[in-house]
Amino acid sequence: MTVKDAMDVLGARVLVGEDHLDREVRSACGSDMMSDVLAFSKDHSILLTGLCNPQVIRTAEMLDIVCIIFVRGKKPDETILDMARERDLVVLETGHRMFSSCGLLYQAGLNGGAF
Amino acid sequence: MADVITLNYEISPDDFTRAGEASSDVKSKLKQLGVSPEAIRKVSIAMYEGEINMVIHAKGGEITVEISPESIVMILADKGPGIPDIDKAMQAGWSTAPDEVRSLGFGAGMGLPNMKKYSDEMDVKTELGVGTTVTMVVKY
Repeated sequence: MTVKDAMDVLGARVLVGEDHLDREVRSACGSDMMSDVLAFSKDHSILLTGLCNPQVIRTAEMLDIVCIIFVRGKKPDETILDMARERDLVVLETGHRMFSSCGLLYQAGLNGGAF
Repeated sequence: MADVITLNYEISPDDFTRAGEASSDVKSKLKQLGVSPEAIRKVSIAMYEGEINMVIHAKGGEITVEISPESIVMILADKGPGIPDIDKAMQAGWSTAPDEVRSLGFGAGMGLPNMKKYSDEMDVKTELGVGTTVTMVVKY
C-alpha cells in the first residue's frame, strides 16, 4: 500500500511530507521502545509510536523508515518535525491508540514482515 | 575507494537529544561513498545503538570509524563504569538502564544484542571502573 492508503485507513493527518504520500510501504512496526524497533523493523516500513522525542526521527533515519505515525494524538514539537523535514520523512498523526492503529493497518493488508 | 578513510567523533555525555548525530553523519558519508545499502544499514544500526549506550551508560566517549575497501570498522571507546557481567549484557532483554532512559525509548535490553546482530564481527573489552571498548566490523 502507499502512505496515502495508510493515512486514509487511520484517518490520519499529515504533519510533514505532504509531497511524498505516494511512497510505497511494505510492512509496519509499532512500539514505544526504539531498541525494539531497531531490532525488528524491515525495509520500506511504517513506524507507529507514541514516543515523542528526537530519537524517534533518528531511529527512523537509521532504518530508512518511510513514514512515522504518531498514535494516541501525540503531537511532536517543531524541533522534531524540522528533523523529519531535513531527512525527507513523512510524519502523520492519528487519534487512534496503538492497538487499534496496528489492527486497522493489518486488516487493510499490511503486516509486520517476516518473523 | 583505494585508501582507508578515518572518521573521529567525540560523543558528548548526558545530551540525549544529540545522541545519534555521529551515526547520522557516518550514514550520510557512506552514502556519498557509494557503499551498498545493506552495509550502510548494518553500520547505521550497530553504531547508533553503540552511540546511545555510550550516552546512557558511560558519559560519552570517542568513536572512530575506519572505512577501507574491504570493511568498515567501528571502535567505540568510553571511560564509563565498565560492564560487570558481559554474558548477561549480551542477553536480549537484560538491561541496567534507569526508568528515565526507558521513558526515552531505550533500555529494552536490546543494545548489545542488536550490535552483535548487525555487525559481522564484534569484540567487547571492558574493565570495571576503567571503561569499555567495543569494536565492530561490517564487511562488504
